[in-house]
Amino acid sequence: MKQFGAFVKKEFAHVFRDRRTLLILFGMPIMQILIFGFALSNEIKNTQLVVIDKAKDQASHKLINRIDASSYFEVSNIMLEEKDIEEVFEKGKLKLVLIIPAEFNLMLAHDKKASVQLIADASDPNTANLLKNYLAAILQDYQAELNGIGNGIGTESINIVPQTRMLYNPQLRSAHNFVPGVMALVLMLVCVMMTAITIVREKETGTMEVLLISPFKPWLVIIAKAVPYLVLSLVNVTTIVLLSVFVLQLPVNGSLFLLFAESTLFIITCLGIGIFISIKTNSQLIAMLISLIGMLLPTILFSGFMFPLENMPAVLQWIANIIPARWYYVIVKSVMIKGLGFSAIYLETLALVVIAAFFYALSIKNFKVRLA
Amino acid sequence: MRTLLFLLQKEFKQIYRYKAMVRIIIGMPIMQLLLLPLAADYEIKNINLAVVDNDHSTYSQQLVSTIIGSGYFRLAEYNQSYKKSLKLIESDKADLILEIPEGFERNLVRENKDQVLVAVNAINGTKANIGASYLNNIIKNYNQSLRMKLVTSNQGNQAIAIDLVNSNWYNPEMDYKSFMVPGILALLVTIIGGFLAALNIVREKEIGTIEQINVTPVRKSYFILGKLIPFWVIGNVVFTIGLVLSWLVYGIVPAGNLLVLYSFIWVYLLAVLGLGLLISTYCETQQQAMFINFFFIMIFILLGGLFTSIDSMPGWAKIIARINPVSYIIDVFRMIILKGSGFKDILPHIGIISFMALLLNSWAIKNYRKTS
Amino acid sequence: MKEEVIITEGLTKKFGNFTAVDNITFTVNKGEIFGFLGANGAGKTTAMRMLCGLSKPTSGKATVAGIDVYSQAEKIKSNIGYMSQKFSLYEDLTVLENIKFFGGIYKLSDSRIKTKSEELVHRLSLEPQANKLVGSLPQGWKQKLAFSVAILHEPKIVFLDEPTGGVDPLARRQFWDLIYEAAGNGITIFITTHYMDEAEYCNRLSIMVDGRIEALDSPGALKQKYEAANMDEVFYRLARGAKRAE
Ligand SMILES: Nc1ncnc2c1ncn2[C@@H]1O[C@H](COP(=O)(O)OP(=O)(O)OP(=O)(O)O)[C@@H](O)[C@H]1O
Ligand SMILES: [Mg+2]
Repeated sequence: MKQFGAFVKKEFAHVFRDRRTLLILFGMPIMQILIFGFALSNEIKNTQLVVIDKAKDQASHKLINRIDASSYFEVSNIMLEEKDIEEVFEKGKLKLVLIIPAEFNLMLAHDKKASVQLIADASDPNTANLLKNYLAAILQDYQAELNGIGNGIGTESINIVPQTRMLYNPQLRSAHNFVPGVMALVLMLVCVMMTAITIVREKETGTMEVLLISPFKPWLVIIAKAVPYLVLSLVNVTTIVLLSVFVLQLPVNGSLFLLFAESTLFIITCLGIGIFISIKTNSQLIAMLISLIGMLLPTILFSGFMFPLENMPAVLQWIANIIPARWYYVIVKSVMIKGLGFSAIYLETLALVVIAAFFYALSIKNFKVRLA
Repeated sequence: MRTLLFLLQKEFKQIYRYKAMVRIIIGMPIMQLLLLPLAADYEIKNINLAVVDNDHSTYSQQLVSTIIGSGYFRLAEYNQSYKKSLKLIESDKADLILEIPEGFERNLVRENKDQVLVAVNAINGTKANIGASYLNNIIKNYNQSLRMKLVTSNQGNQAIAIDLVNSNWYNPEMDYKSFMVPGILALLVTIIGGFLAALNIVREKEIGTIEQINVTPVRKSYFILGKLIPFWVIGNVVFTIGLVLSWLVYGIVPAGNLLVLYSFIWVYLLAVLGLGLLISTYCETQQQAMFINFFFIMIFILLGGLFTSIDSMPGWAKIIARINPVSYIIDVFRMIILKGSGFKDILPHIGIISFMALLLNSWAIKNYRKTS
Repeated sequence: MKEEVIITEGLTKKFGNFTAVDNITFTVNKGEIFGFLGANGAGKTTAMRMLCGLSKPTSGKATVAGIDVYSQAEKIKSNIGYMSQKFSLYEDLTVLENIKFFGGIYKLSDSRIKTKSEELVHRLSLEPQANKLVGSLPQGWKQKLAFSVAILHEPKIVFLDEPTGGVDPLARRQFWDLIYEAAGNGITIFITTHYMDEAEYCNRLSIMVDGRIEALDSPGALKQKYEAANMDEVFYRLARGAKRAE
């Protein structure tokens, strides 16, 4: 044990000697959490919408005002002809055009029916869909108002009043969703890269051989190399949590102890992946290419904070399951924001334990083969 | 000029010899392009609803079947207690709870009025918002139909309905793949170009061969060009493979001119590679270069407008987007591949990216010091 | 009249407030084999890098082949050859590819490169290995190859930083044969080494201690001055006073 301590000390010395890298390792997650915490949002506000109003009557004006009043749209005062839409769309400046038919008022009054046309640039279908949904909701509101059941109070008619309660995130802030996601993403990639590279680096410079011939269990040498990065990552978790609470104003509704215990497990899991990569490769460049080119996009997509996992084909859901960030994201959401206890996240915890066990076992096995 | 040829020959030979690297930089993008676009669907479908019906009346059952009949919701659970349903929200198995109080029908008949509770998991704000507004509107319509039934004899009053007719241009089926495939390809080209360029010069620094170059009379600009061109070629190869794959696998054929598309990629690669080279001139070790490059690439990717719309970002993030090359390539791909925009439409994009390429590369040349 | 190809005066290099090379003044004559000795960390590599135009001096004067190291570092580079302490050929290129590459960088014509390659491969008896990766060669051969590549463009001066580290005695002898041959062709040799037998082969020696030049003369004169039987003893006398550990 004393020897192990000596090894760990040496590794700490290495890490702290390189001030520049250290600065990057501590500074980068902070910057990223801040930038993404504030900038990422799925809610699109103030989209420019051009209305081609062929009616120009009371009903159409009312509708336009309603749309303009919502925070989602800004009715642009650009005058546009239907035939020019294509050209404007191709320039990429505008994404939505609403066409209100002539005699809109009349149609509503007489036929009790009218249709408006929404032309969307659907080359980004996800955004187009979202905007369409916003607009549909506004139209339904308007329709309800026309039918005289908008506010409902004091009317003699039948009325079911829905009381809406927004759980966990009453102000519907995007950070509640994205911060846990980015936290999982950044921690995972940084942990994997750090371990993978430092170990391979020792292989490249040849110092690894010196360590391996020492009378010390070889795989303990590897573990000792990972310890400083565990500590470093826990420091990062701490700063990220502090920033989330004090700058991004996220709640910590659950137990901080649980959050840190789970974070430790998550980090250990990610370090395991890094160790595995480092054992399978012999050059820093390859280790980096695998941990970056290989893992960056899959981690973003499969951790579930950008795209709902339930929408994915079964095969991809399976792949997602071996990505630790996917589980950690759920854990952080549950503990920090929902304020749940261990009983709510034991499955996710178990998944992390299994992934960790898998990679450590694989590493130890491959390591022995290498020495034989 | 002849010196440049020697430098190029050397770089190409080294790349060719590094089979493990070539396998990764060709293989990884292919794999990811085949898998990832399938994961990038965030259309909001299957909103899971848990219903707690404490009334068990005709009205309450009618309301529930109207909601389920709307097609927006999937019944996750029916008739457990609110507490049990809340557990479903905690485990992300339900997104909304609708609780119908006891005496619902009685109250509606006697007092014309009652409340129902809609509780929403609001961590993912968009889903919460849209789910809640769908549900509210369905309830409003149900009100309406109830009312019609009661007052029907009076005037034969028909409810007003406004129809929203949707035209989704450029992507009428709202197929998110036709948007995501080119987007993911753009990201892959960016990641590969950026990292290879960033790591290459530092790698020579770490191995020590750069000293031998620095002590020769070779011109700095040639040296940088010698590093730039091979990776530029690789970038083009990766892009071309990706384009062919998107055609074969996803049936995506650029609507616009291929030459226009390539001319953008040509300058774009220069810009991305320039950034990588610039970073590598500032770094001492591959580790540093990789982390710094990781930092930038992460920001570029997450704020590039592929995963979340740039329109949804706060003002300062929109400014970042303006100096973010990824936001331009996403935009241009969308324009050329989906909308068939021409050279004139993307001229501003090409202009800005060319400026970036020029700036970054001359900065890299300036900052690469043969004498320390 | 001897022609002086390296002249330094009070040459100094500081890293922060650490003075790696402290006010050194010396000259090297054309065609000479100049030994540059000193304990580890004495500042040899640092001094050499300044002379090669790889590192800017903090103060002092220096000219190499008559060219000022401050203002015309780039111009020096076509007049010198350099073998760095780290091995400096591309291990993932073959013997011939390395020769061709460096020949091209130094702007030799294609025909020159061709005849030079043949000559060089023949001289080192590397014919069977000519198309093998340099990384696969034994250390001694790599070093001989690196030296030959460093003088490929017939520089006026060649700087060798511990060129025989990790090389077996036989290969070292062969290496010195190459050095003598080059010196015979009028190339000035500036060499650092930790082997005292090699020091004896030099025309003149300087011994650096803690960044300063403590002694400079021919091996014979130095032995006489320090009343030592061999160079080892001279080195011990001087290096013992060093404060810099390692
Ligand atoms: N870039 C640098 N920054 C700070 N200190 C440096 C730098 N380069 C060298 N040094 C220091 O300057 C001193 C002299 O180093 P130098 O490499 O010149 O010694 P040397 O005589 O070549 O030793 P060796 O025999 O080990 O090669 C050493 O203490 C070294 O740590
Ligand atoms: Mg040295």
